[in-house]
Amino acid sequence: MTLLSIRNLHVHYGAIHAIKGISLDVNEGEIVTLIGSNGAGKTTLLRTISGLLRPSQGTIEYNDDGLKPLHRMKSHEIVRCGVVQSPEGRMIFNTLTVEENLLLGAYSQKDAAKIQESREMVFTLFPRLKERRRQVGGTLSGGEQQMLAIGRALMARPKLLLLDEPSLGIAPALVQQIFTTLRQINKRGVTILLVEQDAYLALETANRGYVLETGKIVNEGAAKELIANPAVQQAYLGMA
Amino acid sequence: MIDPYFQLILLRCGVAAIMAVSLNLINGFTGQFSLGHAGFMAIGAYVSAAVSVFLAPHAGEFVTQVWFLIALLSGGIAAGLMGLLVGLPTLRLRGDYLAIATLGFAVIIRVVILNLDVVGGARGMTDIPELSNGYWIFGTLAITVWIINNLVYSIKGYALTAISEDEIATASIGISTTKYKVMAFVVGAFFAGIGGGLYAHLESYLNTNSFTFLRSFEFVAMVVLGGMGSITGSIVAAFILTILPEALRGFDQYRMIIYSLMLIVLMLTRPTGIFGRRELWRWNRGKT
Ligand SMILES: Nc1ncnc2c1ncn2[C@@H]1O[C@H](COP(=O)(O)OP(=O)(O)OP(=O)(O)O)[C@@H](O)[C@H]1O
Ligand SMILES: [Mg+2]
Repeated sequence: MTLLSIRNLHVHYGAIHAIKGISLDVNEGEIVTLIGSNGAGKTTLLRTISGLLRPSQGTIEYNDDGLKPLHRMKSHEIVRCGVVQSPEGRMIFNTLTVEENLLLGAYSQKDAAKIQESREMVFTLFPRLKERRRQVGGTLSGGEQQMLAIGRALMARPKLLLLDEPSLGIAPALVQQIFTTLRQINKRGVTILLVEQDAYLALETANRGYVLETGKIVNEGAAKELIANPAVQQAYLGMA
Repeated sequence: MIDPYFQLILLRCGVAAIMAVSLNLINGFTGQFSLGHAGFMAIGAYVSAAVSVFLAPHAGEFVTQVWFLIALLSGGIAAGLMGLLVGLPTLRLRGDYLAIATLGFAVIIRVVILNLDVVGGARGMTDIPELSNGYWIFGTLAITVWIINNLVYSIKGYALTAISEDEIATASIGISTTKYKVMAFVVGAFFAGIGGGLYAHLESYLNTNSFTFLRSFEFVAMVVLGGMGSITGSIVAAFILTILPEALRGFDQYRMIIYSLMLIVLMLTRPTGIFGRRELWRWNRGKT
């Protein structure tokens, strides 16, 4: 079943045309990745899905419990629908503790028992966060901050998790660990739309992928096919 | 008993502390930049004074005290409503718009009061009953601190701290940032209005010159000096910055220079303010 369906989307920053007519689908249960070089428009696309930016044209429809036009909804309504983003650059709250960051992540949730359950789940997925739960976010290491950013997004009980560069600035060993956790999260029934600079890692993790270049999709397909595609290899996988 | 002059200074410290703590809710905890606190203070001062002078009946002590409470609340509510009026359109916009809008608002309030003959216009308003005493001022300060403390250090209240750190991240977890910014702004304006009412009934005389841009700036200085996001800091800084100019009276014309130099040195040596984001009553938080 198609969970998210984007059609002919255009986004402008003033005169800058950042997204130029993108259409893409995310099916329930999938991990879909969006790869592309710096400035391709990946963050812009995720922010538009989350309602943090308004498209100038096109539609974003989310199909869960009825069809919802995300392109016309406010960001807090979108989170309530189950579409939650872990933003680029580990934007955790530095002066709040790990625990407070997580509880704030559950802001859209009303049921205390469910909040407690999510918290336990996050601590199971990221035991490191449990150890550090009374520490303020700003004093966590980069990797721990990334775990917290993902954990905070999970606290909102997403059905569709949008991840913007979870490997940014993190040591390779930890990146592997985080991606393993992402697969576990996916197995628990969370659909993932993953933006990632490390195209190889992203395509290894995902079912399908889209290649974005200066605001347009230039390639799409099953992750395995994209890895094998010479054009993709040359541009994003560092192979000649 | 304490010397009456010293007593007056202490009471002024208390009023300043209410002003600083309420501004900290807006500028510190929520990370907005309001330059209009003197404007809200003026509304509270004039509205409450008008209630006391024109409406309160001349009856026994108890009735007088009840009417004082009504006067203070009227001032607070008037300031809070004005906060809603100013905040609603501007808080949706980027931070710098709020600074400009609140600055303009405070100027407009002054001009309006200057032209209101009923409250004395340019001559000022006199014969306001001197009802503000230690109980009222420090009692109100305690309530202000209690309410704002419970507001900012609750799970929902952490939304304010979150906004001050990063609005995009806050919105991304499903929080309506505008709603919270407006709420903090209105609550801050309300307490500024109450502070204004206490001020009016402490000095018994009001003049618009007390509510210029410099007055707003003084409160901003208290918040910054004490620590953006520290209630403790705002109280301490309000005392320091109220007592200091008095203590320096002997130096006469150098007074303001010394005062400014001390501020500059402090900010250079401790840019996060005296307390940073700490509170006396939650000192060890975030340490493992
Ligand atoms: N706030 C903004 N104002 C104007 N232009 C912007 C703004 N944000 C992004 N852009 C532009 O839009 C384009 C797409 O940016 P975006 O951040 O979406 O890229 P990205 O694919 O996420 O890149 P990266 O991999 O570096 O994170 C870029 O050309 C960028 O300069
Ligand atoms: Mg990006």
